Amino acid sequence: MTDIAAQSRASAPRGLARRLLTRPSFLIGSIVVLFWVVCALFWPVLVPYDPFYTDLMVPLKPPSATHWFGTDQLGRDVFSRVLAGARDILTVAPLATLLSTVVGTTLGLIMGYAGGLVDEVLSRIVDAVLALPVVIVALLALTSIGASMWTLLLVIGFSFSPIIARTVRASVLAERQLDYVAAARLRRENHLYTMFVEILPNVLGPVMVEMTIRLGYAIFTVATLSFIGFGIQPPSPDWGLSISTNYGLIGGGYWWTVLFDGLAIATLVVGVNLVADSIQGALND
Amino acid sequence: MLVFAGARLLPGDVGRAMLGPFADPAAVATLNHQLGTDRPLLVQYVDWIGDFVTGDLGQSYSYRAPVAQFLWPALLNSAKLALVAFCMVVPLGILGGVMGALYRDRAIDRILSVTGMVATVVPEFVSGLVLLLIFAVWLHWFPLSATAPADAGVLTQFYHLILPSIPLVLILFGYIARMTRTGMIEALDADYTRTAILKGLPRATVIRRHVLRNALLPTISVISTQTVYLIGGLVVIEILFRYQGIGSLIYTAANKKDFPILQAGIMSIGVLFTIMTILADLLYAALNPRIRFGGDG
Repeated sequence: MTDIAAQSRASAPRGLARRLLTRPSFLIGSIVVLFWVVCALFWPVLVPYDPFYTDLMVPLKPPSATHWFGTDQLGRDVFSRVLAGARDILTVAPLATLLSTVVGTTLGLIMGYAGGLVDEVLSRIVDAVLALPVVIVALLALTSIGASMWTLLLVIGFSFSPIIARTVRASVLAERQLDYVAAARLRRENHLYTMFVEILPNVLGPVMVEMTIRLGYAIFTVATLSFIGFGIQPPSPDWGLSISTNYGLIGGGYWWTVLFDGLAIATLVVGVNLVADSIQGALND
Repeated sequence: MLVFAGARLLPGDVGRAMLGPFADPAAVATLNHQLGTDRPLLVQYVDWIGDFVTGDLGQSYSYRAPVAQFLWPALLNSAKLALVAFCMVVPLGILGGVMGALYRDRAIDRILSVTGMVATVVPEFVSGLVLLLIFAVWLHWFPLSATAPADAGVLTQFYHLILPSIPLVLILFGYIARMTRTGMIEALDADYTRTAILKGLPRATVIRRHVLRNALLPTISVISTQTVYLIGGLVVIEILFRYQGIGSLIYTAANKKDFPILQAGIMSIGVLFTIMTILADLLYAALNPRIRFGGDG
């Protein structure tokens, strides 16, 4: 039993990688995501100008050979700011996703494994949180505790965990009927051991899919909250934040101050979702 | 579902928040006492729930006026915007899903699923911004603001709401189309569909009477749950297009730490969600040939 399980588990990732690499959507998605990760990590050596340097002599210049994407109200180079803008969102969103995956998976394991009253109570709480849009929950929480990188991370991490908990719970319920869980119970294994060592590895597939999907949503949410002023705070060159400070100008035709940031957000979320879709598809094949 | 009330927040020191960090502590204490925010939280909470049920939404902290005065017009405005978005997205989404299922795995299906995915995952403020740039700034086809002049007729109001509703349409289109496609494919492969075709019924009749009816069931649930999502999107759209709706009301209240408005706004979303869920269940039952009220089936 254990041997077969171990064998199939060892061969699964290799087959998965091969199936993934044959999918064009996975390749396109990962190239786009990789591009932004490189920008987030190495922007100091990539940018032509300091993204924080204000030059009041050249405010709101349209794109040209010296400033490829033009300059903003304070004369800062938009191209440099777009590259550097990847940093904060690609710090907060993945960390928040990780947090929500850890919390959500633990909750889901407990709900599915314990069942009964524990499951009932936790399920009600999960339903209550899911009844509100995440943006509203985050707005509420960030108003109460104040907006910063850390609170943003915590709020998104916790508001995403119920949905992960629900997915994991459903998979655990299916696993619980299987013989290996009964065997562990008969061996009088510790409950924690059964949950995390026996069951967890078998529900990792759905957890992984859920995690990549949530990463897309986390980027979406961070960008949206930054746009409404409850996310990443100035003077960060964050995309959502830049759009929020500059979109009042578009009536005057200063499109370059917002368009490139918008395209950056769009390419990043689409890239992440292409990867998520292909992982899901490859696991189901 | 009513456990929802548990999502109430802890306001912290309201007087301090309103008067700013440099205010005289005595003034802060007086204001807190006037507003009743120095009482134990549980007392405040019981009071507030009681008032909410009886329809008294309390006074706004920052405007010193009844919350209801702001809430109802805002809800009405948002309802108009949401209605325009819904009237566009429901037929489009269903059509997209049906086309995808009928031409399964062919080019048109692929294009629809990729477009649906892209439309669904791009934040509303990004698509809204691009639309504003193209259709309002460059082409001048639509106005920059969603708010029509005060004395405007229905048509002018509708004209102002077209552009802001498109980002919401884009977000929902993918979900609705995907659910419809899945439901359609399941129904197309089902035995009753084969029976209907073998009976010699025309293809259009089979699709209309046998396939669509069953295929739309999951779509209805998706539409109702996505309504909640729509309200999150309203916050962003109403800010971007400068529209006085429930989203911008919540946003302004959050900025001013005006907790009575914030709570009333969020509570009304919860109530709305519950109503939508019940409506969806009723519609589901009405359409589903397997669930019948009255028990003669």
